[in-house]
Order: sequence, then C-alpha cells, then structure tokens
Amino acid sequence: MPARKDLLGLENLTSREIIQYLDLAEKFASVLKRPIPFVPSLRGKTILTLFFEPSTRTQISFSIAAKRLSADIVNFSQSASSLTKGETILDTAKNIEAMKVDGVVVRHSAPGAAKILAENLDAFVVNAGDGSHEHPTQALLDLMTMRQVFGRFKGLKVLIIGDIEHSRVARSNIFGLKTLGAEVAVCGPPTLIPLDIEDLGVDVFYNTDDIIHDYDVVMALRIQLERQQGGLFPSLREYRTLYGLTKERVARMKQKGIVMHPGPTNRGVEIDPDVADSSKSVILKQVKNGVAIRMAVLFVHAGGKLG
Amino acid sequence: MADILIKEGRVVDPKTDLDEVLDVLILGNKIAKIDKNIKKEGAKRIDAKGKIVGPGFFDLHCHLRDPGRPDVETIESGSQAAIAGGFTTICCMPNTSPVIDNEGLVNYIYKEAARVNLCRVYPIAAITKERLGKEITEFGELIKAGAKGFSDDGDVVADCNMFRRALEYSKAFDVPIFEHPIDKDLAKDGLMNEGVISTRLGLSGSPGIAEEVIVARDLLVARFTGARLHLCHISTKGSVDLIRRAKEDGMEVTCETCPHYFFFNDELLSGFDTNFKVNPPIRSEQDRQAVIEGLRDGTIDCIATDHAPHCQADKELEFTNAPFGMIGFETALPMIVMELINKQKFNWLHVLEKLTINPAKVVSEKLGVVKKNAVADVVIIDPKKKWRLTANAIRSRSKNTPLLNKEMTGQVVAAIVDGELKYQSSKLKNK
Repeated sequence: MPARKDLLGLENLTSREIIQYLDLAEKFASVLKRPIPFVPSLRGKTILTLFFEPSTRTQISFSIAAKRLSADIVNFSQSASSLTKGETILDTAKNIEAMKVDGVVVRHSAPGAAKILAENLDAFVVNAGDGSHEHPTQALLDLMTMRQVFGRFKGLKVLIIGDIEHSRVARSNIFGLKTLGAEVAVCGPPTLIPLDIEDLGVDVFYNTDDIIHDYDVVMALRIQLERQQGGLFPSLREYRTLYGLTKERVARMKQKGIVMHPGPTNRGVEIDPDVADSSKSVILKQVKNGVAIRMAVLFVHAGGKLG
Repeated sequence: MADILIKEGRVVDPKTDLDEVLDVLILGNKIAKIDKNIKKEGAKRIDAKGKIVGPGFFDLHCHLRDPGRPDVETIESGSQAAIAGGFTTICCMPNTSPVIDNEGLVNYIYKEAARVNLCRVYPIAAITKERLGKEITEFGELIKAGAKGFSDDGDVVADCNMFRRALEYSKAFDVPIFEHPIDKDLAKDGLMNEGVISTRLGLSGSPGIAEEVIVARDLLVARFTGARLHLCHISTKGSVDLIRRAKEDGMEVTCETCPHYFFFNDELLSGFDTNFKVNPPIRSEQDRQAVIEGLRDGTIDCIATDHAPHCQADKELEFTNAPFGMIGFETALPMIVMELINKQKFNWLHVLEKLTINPAKVVSEKLGVVKKNAVADVVIIDPKKKWRLTANAIRSRSKNTPLLNKEMTGQVVAAIVDGELKYQSSKLKNK
C-alpha cells in the first residue's frame, strides 16, 4: 500500500493509488454486510477527529469507520473562529503530538490547514475538508459509487453543477476523475466558476439544458445562501430555475445516467425532493460507501494488516 | 572621519554612464577623485578587485514597523538589515501604529535614525489622516519636518475625488504621491493571484484587474491634475502596458516593482507557504515576464523592496489568516543578480539605475551618484559570491522570506554612507 503518511488530497495521487483505496473499500463494504460488521485491524490505535467547521455526517462517517476497524476514536469540534483568536493550528498540532494519537482526521476552513498538521505531526493526517481546497474521502466515495454503477472511468462523462468556486468536493472529484481518465465538465453561474478552470482539462458550461442529456453522471453541489448575499447570484429561485435538478431536467438525462449529491441537500434548490428520492439518485449509496471508503483510508494510513 | 580609498573596483555609475575599473577616493563625506592609480597616505584602503563599486542603493518603499511593532522590526534593526543589503537610503511607509501623519512622528523617525546612525531613513507621510481616506494631512508642515512624499500605502486612496484633491494639493510642494494601486472591492478577500493556481488550491484570488483599474484611474487623474504620481509595487502585465502607453504619451509618471515580482510566479504557492503571501500577490509567469520587460525597456523606473517584516507566529498561521508581506533588504541584491543579471542578461548600469539614481530622483534627492564632489554614498558588491541565507545571517528582526536557507548569488561586501564605512562583510580585505 502507499508509502504516503497522509491523505491530503487527490491532486497528487496516481490512478493506481486511487484504485487501491477503492478496491480495499469494496472489501470493507462486504465486511459491513456481515451480521457483526467489525474487524480487529486497528485495535489499539487511537484516532482523533478534529473538526473546526461544523459537520455532522463526515465526522460521524469517520467515527463509524474507525469503530468498525476496532480503533479508539476521539471526536473534537470547535469553530475555527474561536481557535484563531487564541490557539493557532500549530499549537493544536503540538498538543496532539504530546497526547500520542496515531492519526488525525481534520476539517478546517483554511485551504492548506491539513497540510500544516501533516508537516508537524508524526501521526498520519487525513484531510476531511480544508476550505475550498480538497475533500479527498468524499471524492473517493463518489468514485467508488460511480465505479459500482458504470464499472469504468475511461470515457465516463461527469457533469458537476453549481458553486464550483467554493467547492472542495468539486476540486477533489475533478483531480481524481481526470487522473482516472474520465471526462469532466462543470456548469453553473459564471460567477461561481473559478478563473481558468479550463486549464485543468475541464469543459465549462453555463446552460444546464444544453448539455445535461450528454452526461452519465450529474453531480449537484450544495449552494450556500451566503453566496447569494455576496452578490454572486440574484436569488435561490433563479438558481433553481437555471441550475436546479428538477424532474423535467433530469428526465432528459441518459437512461442509465445517475444523479449524485455530496449532501446535505437543499431540497427544492439545487435538487428537487422527487429527484433526490428517485431511482436515478444514488445519494444514499454515496453515504453508505462513505463508511467503507473511510475504513479503507484509516486502514491504509494507520498501517493496518488484512487478516 | 577616516578617508577611504577603494582600489581597483569596477566603478559603475548610471548617471555618468561610467563602467570602468578605477580607484575611488573619498575625502570627508565627498567623493574626491575617481581615477586610475590613486595614492593617498593615511586613507583606509579597500581592495575591490573583482567587485563592483556603485552608488548606494536607494529604497523607495519599506516598512520598518516603527513605531508600533518592536517585536517585528525597529528603525534600528531595519537599518542594520538595509545597510547590509547595500541600501544607504530607505524610505519608510507611514502605515505604522500610530500612523505617520504628523510632524511629531516625522521628527521621531529622523531622531531615531540619527541615533542608530547607519543609513539615511526618509519618512513617507500619510496622504490622509490616520490613512482613513477622509481628510488630507498637513503636507506643508510634514514636508518642513522632512517627509519626502505621501502615501496611504497598504491601502489605496479609494475615493476618486479625495485622490484628485490630494494630487492637486501636492502641486504646491512639488512632491510625489505614492499610490498603492489595488482596488479593495475587486481584490476582496483575495489571498493570492487569481488564476488557474488559485483555482487548483481553492484559495480566494485577487485578480490582476484589481491593480490595473487603479493604475488606469490614477494615470487619468494624474494627467488631469498635472501632479507627480509614483505607482508602487507594479506586478501585472496590464499595469506595465498602461504605464508604458502613458509614458509614450509623454506623461511623467514613475513606478516601481519589487524583486519578488520578477523572481517568483504563483505556481510556487502550491505548497501553501505563507512567506509567498504578499500584497499585491505574486502573479502568473506571464505577468512576471511582463515585469521583466517593463524593467528592460524603462517602463518600470525603480526596484523597491517593499520590505515587510512579520513575526514567525503570525506567518505560521493558516494561509488564510497569515499577514501579507516578505522581508526584502537583504535579498534584493541576490535576487537581482540571480534573475536580472545572470538569467536576463541585464547590464549593471541598467540595473543600478533602478536601484540608485532613479529612485533618488522620484523624491528629488541628489543622491545615487558616484562622481567627483558627489556625496559619498557608495556600495561595493561581489556579484559572484555564493552564500546561504540562514536565519542567523538575516539582520532584520523578522525572517519571513521564502528564500530562507536557499543558496544566493551576489552579496554586498561594503556600504559607505556620507563618507563613513557603515557596513563591511567579514571577508572583505582591507588594510
């Protein structure tokens, strides 16, 4: 398995490394189907989740993954704003080091924050989201879900719709998908498409209806209300009209096409309830795969051994 | 005061277009003679064989954090760093705490610089009181106290009418207005240059146009008022193009860039090293090339350091929260040697012009010249010297530079201010 200490993002991973995570996650997915879904792989290891940004599902998903591997898990949440006033992330790192944990799962609002921890800790670090930069385990679980449905990445056509500018999910997916040979396009209001993203080998569109029929995977991103307040688009209503995954719009997708969303969804804004709950939606499959992916990631980086 | 005889250096003086191996004799605070085979009993001899002897460097733009942040830099530590970097004159920006917007603080700068007694320190005073952009400061009183120009550096003068009035008012005194050309609304919360790299890193970007719209505005207002405008730290191709066109139209605008804008490009930010976080941001490779071309064709008049010290604790914060700025006094010369001289093949006359006579002219000072009877502000440079920039070697109280522990080429070996040898590297041979 990889020699890397940390998982900070998908940008610098090879396709082989990504596939290794996915293959291992499939093994753990079968463990999760057992009546007693535990393995003793990480017994005696202590993993700390350190969330400086509110999150429920990602932190819970990591906790469950750690417990399924028989690791000890300690959860910590604190808003980054109160942290920056007193303690720096580096102070935090030094404190963690003193407490001798084996691994740290960190979420922080600042891009590069996980890297600071990684460089200053002997413990392995898994990035659970650093600002708008990367969210590698989310992208891995998305890739796992896509592979389960389509069985391939080469030539797979993936469309990501929404606030690309502020999305770590979009970035990690773009890096991973491009490495694996998929075709990626982004679509959204031009104000939410970051400058020069074409240079990453991504097609850019502003009109959903022109292109939605052409994609195997359509991934909607969560739209944050504060972006509207920042003047980036006029109203949630117009956003839904132009970019929302409505029943009518999704009906024009490929017959075998799927709809994804990293959650939590704004129902009736970027995705309509009847679409989120439809047969095209794989949203709950994504959540389920999340535990298996995080087991694989923790297992690899904690140096677990397969029995 | 001992007389000084500098032997057999390559004397380079842009003002007189001199580039020849000669001796330089300094008597008192003046250059007495430049010739071959000068002999002078009792003078301190400096062997400058293989070295370049030029006018002392003149920095139009630095931050000494004094008053306000003695933990980060003081006039004393800043002067030590400046003189070791070859700067015999430095102009300090007024964004201190409190702001240099009154005679008392201008007097304080002079008094403290005189006590330290290393390089000349000239204050640039604020354009507006407390740099709030609302009311102009007492230009007349501040100039009488010794302010050499005016700037709200760190902030643009956002209000167009305020800016117009400041430029107009400055005409009564024939002083330059130094503008920090960055539109706050366009730069917004930008942490680095906006482009494919900021897109990759998920760091919010500050676009080149944030600089260019203010450069364009300022050129229009300067032309309208006929006042003296100096544009600080030019970093983009668009700005270089605008200034080039203005000069072709006969405008007498001046501008500066900093070593980091021709030495680095934004790809280097991929490692989230906060020492690369500066304002304006390190731009794209295309911008970097345009800055070099601007220096080459004379569009950019001056090289200034924008020396901006910050303590380690602040720079150790996440990229989002770390302050903008890098130190520059002690890295300016090696960056110039490594990029402009060695890679871009600029000649020394051309480079020294931007470090000496041109900046001196911006603030109407008769410095930056090595000729008979000129004030003896002289620097001796070893252009081939290789050395490592360690934290210990840095005299600035702050060590915030991405070049820390990197190999440098080119070093200042001695600096003379007003006829006095104020700095010499330990390896300099003299008798």
